Amino acid sequence: MDASRIYERPILFAIAAVAVVSVGTLVTTFIPLFMPSTQPVSPLVKPYTAIEVEGRDIYIREGCNNCHTQTVRPLRTEVARYGDYSKPEESAYDRPFLWGSRRTGPDLARIGGKYPDAWHYRHTPNPQSMFSQSNMPPYAWLAETKLDTSYTLRKVKVLGYGYDDAEVARQLSAFRRTVTGPEYASAQIRSQVTPAALRGEVTELDALVAYLQKVGRDLKEAQRAAAGPATAQAAEERNPYAGNRAAAEEGEKIFEGNCKVCHGEKGAGGFGPKLATTKHKFGGTDADLFTTVSGGRPGGMPSFLQKLGKDRIWKVITYIRVLEREGGK
Amino acid sequence: MTNGDRGNGIVMGFTLSAIFWLIVGLLVGLWLAAEMVFPALNFAPWLAFGRLRVVHTNGLTYGFAVAGIFACSFYMLEKLTRAPLAFPALARLQLWLFNIAIALAALSLFAGMNTSKEYAELEWPLDIVVVVLWVMFAVNVMGTLIRRREKQMYISLWFLIACVVTVAVVYILNNLEVPVNLTKSYSAYAGVNDANVQWWFGHNAVGAVFTFPILAMFYYFLPRSTGLPIYSHRLSIIAFWSLVFGYLWTGAHHLMFTPLPEWIQTVGLAFSIFLIAPSWGSVVNGYYTLSGNWDKMKSNYLTKFFVFGITFYGLQTVQGPTQALRTLTSYFHYTEWVIGHVHMGTMGWVTMIISASMYFMTAKIAGREVHSEKLANLHFWLILLGQLLFTVTLWIAGIVQGAMWKAVNPDGSLMYSFLDGVAAMYPFWEIRLFAGFLYFAGIAVFAYNLLMTARPRPLAT
Ligand code: HEM
Ligand code: HEM
Repeated sequence: MDASRIYERPILFAIAAVAVVSVGTLVTTFIPLFMPSTQPVSPLVKPYTAIEVEGRDIYIREGCNNCHTQTVRPLRTEVARYGDYSKPEESAYDRPFLWGSRRTGPDLARIGGKYPDAWHYRHTPNPQSMFSQSNMPPYAWLAETKLDTSYTLRKVKVLGYGYDDAEVARQLSAFRRTVTGPEYASAQIRSQVTPAALRGEVTELDALVAYLQKVGRDLKEAQRAAAGPATAQAAEERNPYAGNRAAAEEGEKIFEGNCKVCHGEKGAGGFGPKLATTKHKFGGTDADLFTTVSGGRPGGMPSFLQKLGKDRIWKVITYIRVLEREGGK
Repeated sequence: MTNGDRGNGIVMGFTLSAIFWLIVGLLVGLWLAAEMVFPALNFAPWLAFGRLRVVHTNGLTYGFAVAGIFACSFYMLEKLTRAPLAFPALARLQLWLFNIAIALAALSLFAGMNTSKEYAELEWPLDIVVVVLWVMFAVNVMGTLIRRREKQMYISLWFLIACVVTVAVVYILNNLEVPVNLTKSYSAYAGVNDANVQWWFGHNAVGAVFTFPILAMFYYFLPRSTGLPIYSHRLSIIAFWSLVFGYLWTGAHHLMFTPLPEWIQTVGLAFSIFLIAPSWGSVVNGYYTLSGNWDKMKSNYLTKFFVFGITFYGLQTVQGPTQALRTLTSYFHYTEWVIGHVHMGTMGWVTMIISASMYFMTAKIAGREVHSEKLANLHFWLILLGQLLFTVTLWIAGIVQGAMWKAVNPDGSLMYSFLDGVAAMYPFWEIRLFAGFLYFAGIAVFAYNLLMTARPRPLAT
C-alpha cells in the first residue's frame, strides 16, 4: 500500500497515531512501572499513621503542593538549605506523590522534626505574625474546624497500610489524648489558636501538624541514630571571637534573622528555650553551644552549619554570651 | 442551511463558552497574582491561593482552551471535509454537558476537592464526565471524517486526530485512582511511579491541548485569512510525525534531579532537545507561507496574530528544551522563570491563535466583517504588551531568585535565607500584577468586539 494513502483513511490514521504515541509511553512510563528502581522500599521508612493520612489529605485539599515542593535535589546549596537529598524509597507510601513543581515557599521534604509542634501552631494560622515578609496564606480556619474522621478507616484500607479497625481507632484516640492533654509540650500555643469548644477535639490543624512532623522524619532519625550523639566539631574548641564587640553586633543581626522567631526577643524564650541565661539545656561551653547550633538537637532545634557556616555561628554565640550577661541581671 | 455549516450554532456556542471561561479564569489569575503581593486576600478557604491556583489552571486549560478547541475543530471539520457534522444533536448535548462539567469542576476545586496532580486535579466523578465528553467529541470527529467529501485529509485534520487520541490516552492513564467516597480518591500509582506517570501526562496535556490543536488552527486559519497556501506539505508531514512521536518521551524534564531513575531523566532531556526540530518545522512553514507577502501583516488584521503567535511558539519550543538541560534546570526549576515560560506559551501562543481563529469564524458565521478592526488591533497590542511585560519580568525574577538560592559565602554557607528570596520578589510580583491587568484589558476588548460581531442582525425594516 502506498504510504500516502494514510492521509485518506481516518481510522487507519488514528490507529497509526496511537501506535506512534505508544512507543515513548511504553519505554518511559509503562515499563518503568515494573522496575525495581521506581518502587524501592526501605524498612526505615514507615507508612503514615491514620492521623497523618488525614493531615496529608488536608495538605492536598488546601493545595499546599502548589507552593511547596517535597524533593530536595542532590545539589550542594539545596542540601545545605534543606537537608539530605530525597531518596526514592521515601515516597514509597505516597499516593499521590507530592513532590510539587514550584517553590513560592521553601521545600518541605525535611520539615519533619525540624521545629517543635508549637512552631507550626503559631505559623500555619498566621505566618505573617512570625515572618512579616511571608506571603503564605493565613490558614486560621484549620484550627477552627474539627477533623472529620468518618472516612479514616476507609482511607487507610484503600491505601493498604495494613492497620485493622481496632488499630485505627487506637491511633485516633491516642492522638487525641496526646494533643488535648495538659502535658502536651505545645499545649499553650495550641489552646491560643484553637477555639474553646474544640480544645478537647482533634482539629484539622492538629492533623496537619502531625503530618508535617512526619514528612522526611524517618530517614532523618535513622541517620541521626547511625551518626550517634551530635558531634559537630569546630576546628577551634573555643570561640575565636570571645568578647569581640563587633562580632557580637553582627551576631545580633544573625540572631534576629534566624533564631529570634523561636528563642524570642533578646533570647527571652519562646518555642525554644530561653537563651538569656547561663543554664543551657545542652551544655554551655563554647564547644557545646557550637555543637547545638551547628548540628541541631532533637525536639526541634534545626541544624545551622550549612546555612550559617562556622564563622557566623561563632558570632552568634558571641552574642548569646552577651545575652547571658544581660539575662543574669 | 447548506452542507458544511450545520455546526455553526454549535461552533458559536463553544466560542461563547470559551470566552466566558476565559474571563472567569483570568479574573481568578488576577486574584492569584494579587494574593502573592497581599496575602490578606486569602481571607476565605475557597479563596486561598492553593485552591485558587488550581481553579485558574483548570479553568483556562479545560474551560477556555478546550472549548476553543471544540469550536474551531467543529468549524474546520465541516470546511475541510465539505461534509456536515455527522451528529449535530450529539454535539449540542456535548455543549451543554461541557458547560455543566466546567461549572462543577470550578465549584469542586474551590471546595478543595482535588487529587493534587497538576492539570489532573479533578476528582474521579468529574474525570468520568471528561472522558464521556471526549468520547462524544471523538465520535463526531471520526464520524464526520468518515463521511467526508474531500479525498485528502488536510494537515489540520492530522493534528486534530493526534489531539483526540493523545488526550484520551494520557488523561485516562494518569487519572486511574481508587475512590474513597464521591469526592475523594487516591492515585493508583505510588511515589516515583506516580510522579513519572503524572509528568508524562503533564507534558502531553501541554502537547495535546496547547500544541497539536493550536497548530491545527494555525495551519487552517492562517492560509484562510491571508489567502496564501501553506508553504510546504512535505515539511508538515515530517514535522507532524516527529512531533507526535517525540512528545511522549519528554515528561521527565519536569522531574530533573528528583528521585526518578536517572536514565528516564536523560531520555526525557534528549527528546526535549530533539523536539526543537519538528516544532521549528511548523514555525518555518508559517514564515515561508508569508514570504514575499509580508504586506499581509498590514493589509489583513489577523495576520499579525498568527505571525506573533507562531513566533512565541518558536521561542517557547527553544526555551522549553533549553531549560531541561541539567545546568539550567538546576538553576531555574521551581523559580518564577518557569511561570514566565508557561505564560509566554499560554498568553502569547495559545490565546493569540485562538482569538484570531474566533474572529475569523465569527465573522464568517455572522456573514459580516468583524465589528471593528481598530478594536481588534487594540486587543492585539494590549495582550502582546501584557504578555511581554508579564514574561520578561518573571524571567528576570527567576534569574534573581535562582541566584539567591544558590549564593554562598566563601566558607560555603548560604548567603541568603529563603525569606530574603521571597522579599526580593515583591517588586516583580507587583509588575506582573500590572501586566495581568493590561492583558485582561486586551481580552475584555476582544470579548466585546467578538460579541458585537456575533450579535443577531436587526430585523430589516
Ligand atoms: C491576566 C492574565 C493572567 C494572570 C494574572 C495569571 C496569573 C497566574 C499566577 C499568579 C499563577 C501562579 C504562579 C505561581 O505559582 O507563582 C499562574 C499560573 C498558571 N497560569 Fe496564569 N495568569 C494569567 C493568564 C493565563 C492564561 C491565559 C493561561 C492559559 C491559557 C494561564 C495558565 C496558567 C498555568 C498553566 C499556570 C500554572 C503554571 C505552573 O504550574 O508552572 N494563565 N497564573
Ligand atoms: C518543545 C516544546 C517544549 C519543551 C521541551 C518544554 C519544556 C518544558 C520544561 C523543561 C518545563 C519544566 C520547567 C521546570 O519546572 O523546571 C516546562 C514547563 C511548562 N511548559 Fe513547556 N516546553 C515546551 C513547550 C511548551 C508549550 C508550547 C507550552 C504551551 C503553553 C508549554 C507550557 C508549559 C507549562 C504549562 C509548564 C509548567 C508545568 C508545571 O510545572 O506546572 N510548554 N516546559
